Amino acid sequence: MEKNSIQEGTLTPTKEQKFWMYRNMLVSRFLEESIEQIYLEGKKPVFNMAAGPIPGEMHLSNGQEPCAVGVCAHLQPFDVVTATHRPHHIAVAKGVNLNRMVAEIFGKATGLSGGRGGHMHIFDADVNFACSGIVGQGMGPAVGAALSRKMQGKEGVGVAFIGEGAVNQGAFHEAMNLAAVWKLPFITIIEDNQWGISVAKSESTAVPDNSVRAQSYGIPGYQVRDNDTYEIFKVAGEAIERARKGGGPSLIEIETYRLAGHFMGDAEGYRPPGELDGLKAKDPIKVMRARLGSEEGLSDEQNDQIVAQARATVEAAVNFARESAYPSPEEALEKVFV
Amino acid sequence: MNEQVRTVAANERRLTIARAMAEAIAQEMRTDPSVFVMGEDIAKLGGVFGNTRGLLEEFGNERVRDTPISETAFMGAAVGAASDGMRPVVELMFVDFFGVCFDAIYNSAAKNAYFSGGNVKVPMVLMTSTGGGYCDAGQHSQCLYATFAHLPGMKVVTPSNAYDAKGLMTSAIRDNNPVIYMFHKGLQGMGWLGTEAGATVHVPEEAYEIPFGKAAIVREGSDVTIVSVGMGVHHSLKAAAKLAEEGVSAEVVDLRTLVPLDRDTVFNSVAKTGRLIVVDEDYKSYGVTGEIIATIAERDVSILKASPQRVAYPDIPIPFTRPMEQFALPNPDKIISAYHNLKRARTWRWL
Repeated sequence: MEKNSIQEGTLTPTKEQKFWMYRNMLVSRFLEESIEQIYLEGKKPVFNMAAGPIPGEMHLSNGQEPCAVGVCAHLQPFDVVTATHRPHHIAVAKGVNLNRMVAEIFGKATGLSGGRGGHMHIFDADVNFACSGIVGQGMGPAVGAALSRKMQGKEGVGVAFIGEGAVNQGAFHEAMNLAAVWKLPFITIIEDNQWGISVAKSESTAVPDNSVRAQSYGIPGYQVRDNDTYEIFKVAGEAIERARKGGGPSLIEIETYRLAGHFMGDAEGYRPPGELDGLKAKDPIKVMRARLGSEEGLSDEQNDQIVAQARATVEAAVNFARESAYPSPEEALEKVFV
Repeated sequence: MNEQVRTVAANERRLTIARAMAEAIAQEMRTDPSVFVMGEDIAKLGGVFGNTRGLLEEFGNERVRDTPISETAFMGAAVGAASDGMRPVVELMFVDFFGVCFDAIYNSAAKNAYFSGGNVKVPMVLMTSTGGGYCDAGQHSQCLYATFAHLPGMKVVTPSNAYDAKGLMTSAIRDNNPVIYMFHKGLQGMGWLGTEAGATVHVPEEAYEIPFGKAAIVREGSDVTIVSVGMGVHHSLKAAAKLAEEGVSAEVVDLRTLVPLDRDTVFNSVAKTGRLIVVDEDYKSYGVTGEIIATIAERDVSILKASPQRVAYPDIPIPFTRPMEQFALPNPDKIISAYHNLKRARTWRWL
């Protein structure tokens, strides 16, 4: 299913775009569920982060899928995206090579960087995707990519996905101002999942709604409530279209939900009782499924097919990763310089 | 013998390092549209240290961009633009300012090639001023060579004269990796910084490259090897001239680039002289001086006739007042003392 190019002035998703978003949400979710399961292999009864087929830190994106698909529905492979330490949903929606991404998460030779990066350092130059493990780090590079496109007169916008905690980093302010003063084709997407690890947004951020910060850069700001895929699609479409037309940067904050812990192994003792159950009831995939039923007449049978297809895509990628070999250790010494 | 120490004919064109850097950048900008310059005060002002003078007039403000005072943003933007096919030359006005933007430098610029398995290139040049000696105190006088050279993924170059400055800049811009181009304020040819005259030398008009990882033997000798970079090379040459009056023949090696490091030239020189002094304006501990000595010790300690000596900045923040700063800085007299210490030191038992 191809996503359609956006038609000017139409900011409700077409049927094809709805299905494209739904399918990518499913792939992303099934990927996270697979990883969650495999991650625990070799880590029981004693949890040791270094053990098992997927070692290291693991930040899952369950629940945040609307942010990825609502924005990336408007992007092309030539557009540049920088993402966070919680990158899988965005990578999926941006069209990162899934087999090679999962192989990278496993640390295999067939991974996107041959095992040098892992899950927080996914780079796919073919679709202009990068992510990093430092909060707010992607802001400058996405602005730089936007500058590059403007200077070269080439198509493409720069999009930085960050968390709500990153707005309190200097990098956020500096990059927003730079993008605004140079009127660059740049969009910041703030995935506000309410928690900076264990610290609530209300305890770390002086304003409840970060979209008001756009005023300090003289640019449009949006806030999307309640993880609404269609609303994200709408405002991202507006912002991206304006950037493509030379109208400069925008800032979008999305109220989203992290259905998993900050990282695998997080006991989440900081969550108020009942919060997680409440969020799960609003699972955006369930919401999307219901909308497709009422709006597009998606039957259970058709849905089963779509679900099975998404599962198969993830399974194939996991199998590819499992069957791939580890790189030879000495290859660690290569690719420092190119 | 290296080009810069040969006799300069009267009609040869001599440039300051500042002008040599600007000329190299301009020549690359003429032939490669992906090269652009950004930083604080690099456009209308031509750079606080003169190394971008004339670029705005020739190339305009699209390719010569004054930035806000936002090092984190524009250093990060340089990484993003370089990853997207551009070749930014970006200035960090004083290397001491690295603290406000180091994440973009050592976590992004230096690592993205590796993290991407070589699929993403970051061909950016970060030019930054180093060095003290003019009472600018502890946040505007550091060298910090080793801080950058220690972290993998960045090439680090340190010209001591205008000929090298131009060739190293040309090579840096053409390199597909991040290059930290560290120029010493005292060599820059800005009168108000008390410029070292020996840095202003003949510079050919045409573009040329100086390959990275090739040290220059700037003075040949047989009794002792003095290894240094940047301003230290000039101190070393002055010390060598004085030592010659004592009948001591000193060889002076200008490393020119710290990453990659030309360990072979250093080793071969020490193998010839048997004695080693390393001179560095950066802090003494965990730095260039220790690395050079380790290079010899690791490869073949038996080539040494005596324990190596180092003349480096003491491990203190740089003091403001003239007597204290001058007390701490390397100078030719300290190098000569180091030679005498070295001669007094017990020779190896087995020799």
